[in-house]
Amino acid sequence: MAELRDLVKRKFGASVLDTHADFGDQTVVIAREGVIEVMRWLKEDPAMGFDFMMDLTAVDYLGKKPRDLRFEVVYHLYSLKHNHRIRVKAPVGEDDASLDSIVSLWKAADWFEREVWDLYGIVFKGHPNLKRILLYEEFVGHPLRKDYNIRQRQPLIGPEN
Amino acid sequence: MGVEVTERNIESALGDSVILTQVDKVIGWGRKYSFFLYPFITACCGMEFMSVAGPRYDLDRFGAALPRFSPRQADLLFVVGTISHKQAPILVKVYNQMAEPKWVFAYGACVCSGGMYNNYSTVQGIDTILPVDIYVPGCPPRPEMVYDGLIKLQELVQNERSSKWPRGKAQYEPKVKR
Ligand code: SF4
Repeated sequence: MAELRDLVKRKFGASVLDTHADFGDQTVVIAREGVIEVMRWLKEDPAMGFDFMMDLTAVDYLGKKPRDLRFEVVYHLYSLKHNHRIRVKAPVGEDDASLDSIVSLWKAADWFEREVWDLYGIVFKGHPNLKRILLYEEFVGHPLRKDYNIRQRQPLIGPEN
Repeated sequence: MGVEVTERNIESALGDSVILTQVDKVIGWGRKYSFFLYPFITACCGMEFMSVAGPRYDLDRFGAALPRFSPRQADLLFVVGTISHKQAPILVKVYNQMAEPKWVFAYGACVCSGGMYNNYSTVQGIDTILPVDIYVPGCPPRPEMVYDGLIKLQELVQNERSSKWPRGKAQYEPKVKR
């Protein structure tokens, strides 16, 4: 049987930037414009059947060239029916850090996307309620970005310490 | 006379007179064996606090057994665990609600100094927001250290002058009102 990553590549050749299976983990890297389309297929195609969105997070590769590869949003999907997994990554640029929300496909993505927005400042277009989830509204900046100043203190607390 | 009769006024009128120091001693002696603590527990130190407060290490031997879950009924604020910036206004509110006299026990490295978290979210020691009477570092502190701290606090309470009270509100006022 063909590997999952090859099936994705065969179907969405234009959106797929790269695939690999390091350490046995099926991984596809897709252009952010293709996220919704690929994800919908992964969820709804009977042979894929990814009904469980396990994790959604982001990585900051500060300094990676070109600048439109700075962030990577990472999705981990699992199919209860077929007992298989896939990891999908989508590079997101520094200047326009945004991509499409997948809340319309998996409700579970709601809080994950809010967390990524809160800590990395990546905007999920079409999210129903994109506001901070861990920090507070007065917080300035996104602290898990690698260029966030570690000594910077924030408004809720008075003393600069 | 328009002067209000308070402990503090009497004391400033009479100075360090024998009568008042003796009264203070008796009051201090009474207070030090009957702490009513309010456990403000946020993180992993809480596990160690449970063992301190439980029968094996037995906080009751020191007269500090009964936790009150309303700050208005407590006089010893046990701050146990990491205090985040988001938590700071809540801690201050709890402190301000406690009736005087009240004491604050900083339990663990995080509470004393921020511990290992020098970052965007952690208060670098709660003494930046309210007065602290006793610091017990450790990550988490051993129960023996907590006793040592409690006994030191008892000594402090024994030797306190009544002119110290009331101590007033915490020095920190949250910038953001909710
Ligand atoms: S001092 Fe250590 S054990 Fe206590 S709350 Fe901080 S990290 Fe946890």
